[in-house]
Amino acid sequence: MSRVAVLKGGRSLERQVSLSSGARVEDALERLGHEVVGIDVGADLLERLRDAAPEIAFIALHGAGGEDGTVQELLEVLDIPYTGSGVGACGRCSDKVLAKHALRDAGLPTPDWVAFSETALRELGAADALGAIVHRLEFPLVVKPASHGSALGVKFARSAADVPTALVAALSYDQKVLLERFVEGRELAVSLLAEPGGGLEALPIVEAIPRGERYDFAARYEIGRTTFECPAQLERSLAARAQEVALAASDVLGADGFARVDMILSADGEPQILELNPIPGLTETSLLPQAADAAGIDFDQLVERILDSARVRDPARRASSLG
Amino acid sequence: MGIEDGKRRRGPRSAAHELERYSALFAARTERMRSSAIRDLMAITERPEVISLAGGLPDTSMFEPELFRSLMDGVSLDSLAAALQYGPTEGLQVVKECIVELMAGESMPVAADELLVTTGGQQAIDLVCKTLLDPGDIVIAEGPTYPGAVPAFCSYEAELIQIEMDADGMQIDVLEQTLERLAADGRRPKFIYTIPTFQNPAGVSMSLPRRRRLVDLARERELLVLEDNPYSMLRYDGEPLPTLRSLEVPRGSRDGGDFVIYTSTMSKILSPGIRVGWVVAPRPVLAKLNMGKQSTDLCSSPLAQYFAAAYFAGDWRTQIERFRECYRLRRDAMLEALATYLPEEASWTRPGGGLFVWVTLPDYIDTTDLLARALRENVAFVPGEAAYDDGRGHNAMRLNFSGSDEERIRAGVLRIGKIVGEQVALYRSLTTRQARPATPSDLTAETSLADVVSLPRRDQRAQARSREL
Repeated sequence: MSRVAVLKGGRSLERQVSLSSGARVEDALERLGHEVVGIDVGADLLERLRDAAPEIAFIALHGAGGEDGTVQELLEVLDIPYTGSGVGACGRCSDKVLAKHALRDAGLPTPDWVAFSETALRELGAADALGAIVHRLEFPLVVKPASHGSALGVKFARSAADVPTALVAALSYDQKVLLERFVEGRELAVSLLAEPGGGLEALPIVEAIPRGERYDFAARYEIGRTTFECPAQLERSLAARAQEVALAASDVLGADGFARVDMILSADGEPQILELNPIPGLTETSLLPQAADAAGIDFDQLVERILDSARVRDPARRASSLG
Repeated sequence: MGIEDGKRRRGPRSAAHELERYSALFAARTERMRSSAIRDLMAITERPEVISLAGGLPDTSMFEPELFRSLMDGVSLDSLAAALQYGPTEGLQVVKECIVELMAGESMPVAADELLVTTGGQQAIDLVCKTLLDPGDIVIAEGPTYPGAVPAFCSYEAELIQIEMDADGMQIDVLEQTLERLAADGRRPKFIYTIPTFQNPAGVSMSLPRRRRLVDLARERELLVLEDNPYSMLRYDGEPLPTLRSLEVPRGSRDGGDFVIYTSTMSKILSPGIRVGWVVAPRPVLAKLNMGKQSTDLCSSPLAQYFAAAYFAGDWRTQIERFRECYRLRRDAMLEALATYLPEEASWTRPGGGLFVWVTLPDYIDTTDLLARALRENVAFVPGEAAYDDGRGHNAMRLNFSGSDEERIRAGVLRIGKIVGEQVALYRSLTTRQARPATPSDLTAETSLADVVSLPRRDQRAQARSREL
């Protein structure tokens, strides 16, 4: 049994989700017999960690600060082992542009895209080139902030007329945005979980199915307007391919402990990776706990496995990230 | 126990997902109770460093502790046992007498047995919905409307139709056209919800001719109107306008009204924390509202009601005068700051009372996204979308001026102005071949308020956008 600090809340836009993830993790850890200290992450984090003196930290933060390597870096400095991916992987995953480059360089499928920074748009005349660039990608496009895993700021652009407004919206969230070719297909989430012996295994796939017959982009991001099916009804070969691609993506990006890979299964049967979430939600409605449940892993067992993976993480690797 | 066991039940297609396990149990109406991005963002506005112009908060710090103590002492000496006991569903006689007096002060004769004390004005809205609405029924409201009323209409599965406003409030000719259109389909609304005076969120008041027209329309067509009037006593300039209720039931009349259901609250003239409001309705409607309230909460808190009665037995007019003085200065500070810090593309209303200013930004700015940006600058507002059920209002925002002092109002508006200016400049640089920075400047041109509140229809917006490109 260990003394575990559960880091939750924080200042990101996903604070609410993180608070519910954190509360559930705390309950599970207590049931498992651990000594639990919940910390709502703020400016006094360092002090609170010193007071709590945890043997290990369970990071239940989502979004900026918690999922992008910031808190992980601090825990490295304090020499406190922590759950989930390391600093480098968090940094790569939380920037969709970096992640997509890494995936494409490794030969993994991800939809075509173009990325812009606000500075480039403002000062380097990128706006003038915009027409040519979006023409190359073809419509419709999805315009997203480079950071943030949630649906905030994600806009659908049917034609060139929609692009400036979509860019203004996405740039409300981040200095960097990407325009990604919209891939029509089935939306899949492949959850990955540490195996007891090390390495990650792919859990049963969750499919997000928008309600109603007409395909509705907004429905994908609105609670109550999408149903989730787990395991997704997929031909065995397609499911195996999706899981294989997800594991390959996590290898390329260096994810650890647990993760969720979101992808679109296009009509030609090839999964196109959208993003890897290094700290997917752990709430009642989140997809990873649902996938684990389908694999016969209840929430307590899920939390225990994530915690164990942090304990056994190769100390040398952690040390090297400081060197 | 069943649920715990269920957690361990396994199958090839696992019931999994805890929410799914309950989903078959939820009533159909919960389908329309949606969580929203706005609500998640609002959770962050509670950080102390955030200047929140988002709430609808009266400044309760103005209430003197000494006054509170003496009022509560009075309750404990005179009516403690009754204050701690259940009360009648319709409300305590002492409070009803205060309400009769309050309404008389606004030219609305009413008998104590024509009213029902509610747990805040929100409960009055909820009870009216509970009593009148079947799933699929139509409710008509202003566009924009009170953001707290939208979920009430939705949870009773009503279809909400929102009528555009201008500087004179709800456009009654548009209302008439809508009623005609509905009638052609054999449909009519169950009621029309309106805040005629210092409307939340638009900050405008319905003109006297339109008030008369609306009351006539209600009579002619035998339609119920729910008049929500929380703000009329918070008037900072101009002359008071008669309420719809007072137009329907003139002074000296012995009859109650037939078509106007009137609701108000002590939230803005005493405190929202005591949760005391009331509703006046035609007697048959009132009887149903009373039954509806019995199943909701039996009675509103007698403790709060005794406190309210003690307050209105004293010198409450001085207290309201203090609120008025304070909020007038804050409104002025906000209007001045808006003129100083917002770019010329923005426009806003100039309320003569109430708590809110409604700001309209260029069509290409989505205020839900802007709120995410604003939170990085530690300032918050209510995105306009919350005041609609149909996706309109995306480029508007509601600003509250009663809950922050002048210095914080100026600082908050400065921050909003800065980010709006940035987005305007960005949009220009994306849509014109040569970028030029936006300069926030004084809004000197007298903008027609009609342009300020009425929001273009979607198809027009799309056309406007394609023209801009």
